[in-house]
Amino acid sequence: MSTFHNVVVVGGGGAGLRAAIAVAEANPRLTVAVVSKVYPMRSHTVSAEGGAAAVAGPDDSLEEHLYDTISGGDWLVDQDAAEAFVQEAPRELLRLEHWGCPWSRQRDGRIAVRAFGGMKKKRTWFAADKTGFHMLHTLFQTTLSNPDVVRYDEWFVTSLLVDDGQVYGVVAIELATGRVETVIANAVILCTGGCGRVFPFTTNANIKTGDGMALAYRAGAPLKDMEFVQYHPTGLPFTGILITEAARAEGGWLLNKDGYRYLQDYDLGTPTPHPVLRSMELGPRDRLSQAFVHEHDKGRTTDTPYGPIVHLDLRHLGAEVIDAKLPFVRELCSKYENIDPVKELIPVRPVVHYMMGGVHTDIHGATSLTGLYAAGEVACVSINGANRLGSNSLPECLVFGARAGQAAAEFVTSTRTAPGAAVYAQARDAQRLLEREFARHAEGSHIGGRERIADIRTEMQTAMENGAGIYRDGESLAKAADRLRDLRERFGRATVDDRSRTFNTEAVALLELSFMLDVAESIVVSALHRGESRGAHQRTDFPGRDDERFLAHSLVRRTPDGGGLVDYMPVKITQWPPGERVYGR
Amino acid sequence: MADTITMQVARYRPGQEAEPVFQSYDVPLRKEWAVLDGLNHIKDHVDGTLSYRWSCRMGICGSCGMTVNGSPVLSCATFLTDYAPGPVRVEPLRNFPVVRDLVVDIGDFMAKLPSVKPWLIRDDEPPEGEYLQTPDELDDYKKFSMCINCMLCYSACPVYALDPAFVGPAAIALAQRYNLDSRDEGAADRRDVLSSAEGVWACTFVGECSTACPKGVDPAGAIQRYKLTAATHALKDFLLPRGAR
Repeated sequence: MSTFHNVVVVGGGGAGLRAAIAVAEANPRLTVAVVSKVYPMRSHTVSAEGGAAAVAGPDDSLEEHLYDTISGGDWLVDQDAAEAFVQEAPRELLRLEHWGCPWSRQRDGRIAVRAFGGMKKKRTWFAADKTGFHMLHTLFQTTLSNPDVVRYDEWFVTSLLVDDGQVYGVVAIELATGRVETVIANAVILCTGGCGRVFPFTTNANIKTGDGMALAYRAGAPLKDMEFVQYHPTGLPFTGILITEAARAEGGWLLNKDGYRYLQDYDLGTPTPHPVLRSMELGPRDRLSQAFVHEHDKGRTTDTPYGPIVHLDLRHLGAEVIDAKLPFVRELCSKYENIDPVKELIPVRPVVHYMMGGVHTDIHGATSLTGLYAAGEVACVSINGANRLGSNSLPECLVFGARAGQAAAEFVTSTRTAPGAAVYAQARDAQRLLEREFARHAEGSHIGGRERIADIRTEMQTAMENGAGIYRDGESLAKAADRLRDLRERFGRATVDDRSRTFNTEAVALLELSFMLDVAESIVVSALHRGESRGAHQRTDFPGRDDERFLAHSLVRRTPDGGGLVDYMPVKITQWPPGERVYGR
Repeated sequence: MADTITMQVARYRPGQEAEPVFQSYDVPLRKEWAVLDGLNHIKDHVDGTLSYRWSCRMGICGSCGMTVNGSPVLSCATFLTDYAPGPVRVEPLRNFPVVRDLVVDIGDFMAKLPSVKPWLIRDDEPPEGEYLQTPDELDDYKKFSMCINCMLCYSACPVYALDPAFVGPAAIALAQRYNLDSRDEGAADRRDVLSSAEGVWACTFVGECSTACPKGVDPAGAIQRYKLTAATHALKDFLLPRGAR
């Protein structure tokens, strides 16, 4: 069976819902569908805590937000994109306010802002420490008021329909029934978020399996800057649950096992009792996570069953500030660590959090394939360069979600190319191909022994952590590449025991794993080629930044044998030539 | 502490089982493990056919509501050790049709939600800047904005169990979230649904919803408060000529 919509948005998180609204607003005659593997309000935007950056006060300027973003990204940021971003972010956050987002307020009723890492001014809007939750529910509830936005909840997209370099829709499994459906469209916008689950220890939800990245990659669109994986410095051990950067913005300290604010040893400034912007605990995430590794090497971290940790100290903030500004932090610590941050230290360690890289798009969210757009974490515009600043990703979802929605609407309004026979043939074949795929993975039908999905997934995650972690080198990456090749071969023998058509989560796990293997390979091959250290990509065999050779975005394309071919494109520099990243001095 | 615990998990696959049956699995009993970690252990290492929803595993996405030893809970925020020595009985949320194993059909809630118009309603164009809202005004509705749509309140609600037409705790709380928002002017638009027989008046104030809520939303409080509003309106309708209402 197939249905038609002018625009199909894949993913119902912050970027996806914003894109859908933008399509509906741009041209009310268009039909727009949101296809998501979870109900939209389950999307991972819901977990974002600290806030959303946009210039708000008279003491701040677009220039300063721009500079912080560019220097924070170690000059791998496209400056024209970042200009558009800082300019449109305030308007987007205001729209959320007009739609009812419960932003935290100043006493006089105006929006409140807080400090954030790597930001020279207070410009991070927040809704206590559940900012993503409130933004997502506001967007979701707003789309409920718009009958033009049609939802396909719990539909898992398995591939894009492509003919002659143009995208004409998606193939998806309706999870409740197991039916394979096709949604034909004039344009598709990928808003599926990141891929943290390719690593073993991540803040990312179970659904963050890089689906959109793999869909685009397989369809022939290049992925950009995939070697840049952000480790957030403060995750809870075992669970990987994020303790928001806002905890440090409100004045929290990072202490090593001797109770020493160790960041002072890593060119991040000198400790002061009150937080100083762009200094110490308010440095950028890449530098803080790297400092942790050095502390560990010096034997100054504490060992736990779930890896080495340092401590985040909020005790001096007091119960009143913590309850007003960081209630979720207190709730999470109490529930998952059985500690009260008002009285006790919080154990934390760096945790995979965000993907700077993603599907290569232009400033309007257009990918290299006609009719295919991408926005949010799945995309790489790039405004985040080699390291994203905290609180830039939520407004990125809005600004580029809206831009992609508008661009897709314009495209389908002006160019009415109808899908040809090849697309309908693909749609007809989709069911058969998927059936064949599952038959191949069915119990007992393969030679060479059975493999468990979870075993391959775990080994992939270990390979990524060991080979492409906070610090990498040529040897570790080559080893990871070998492991991934081996795992790909074993994936052919992965077994699906579940024969039911109804809500078959084992089949979904298999498809997600195959997406993740592609994404993992793209990360490793991109990291292997970049012989320098910049932002979140730290090569111990190439310790310095090399602007001569690598002031460039990597683009990885999939080859027919499943490998990745890497080349480079220039970074757009408009006003800030590459300089030194200075924090705390 | 024993090093394993038995989980008795409700299984139901349409076409395979005529009705739900329980299947027992022994899983490691670790201090950090939530009920969800036990299920993931089963899924990954013992029985790949077990189906359930989960995502954020930090109590905010609302996916993993289940009935554990009789109570509706988020399985990611409920710990195995609290049920030691076991067994731990895991069933789907009550009051919903079961799709498969621990997965329930929440289509009814998703269809009802738009009927209470849970979005900001204004006739005028928005201002250039933000609508002003003081921290006190924010506090008036903040609690009701914390709903994660996890469905535990519907599972706990004895009224919904008997009368599936009841709009239900979360939807009414979300309507109140907007009614009480100083920026909103849509209370009249929501009145018909909320004041109907399937709205607040269906509630017999058992309060189970507020007990079950993992986020402190207090839907029972929202419903009681709206009953007062609705009663006041009904009285005005009765006493006052049309123009003076």
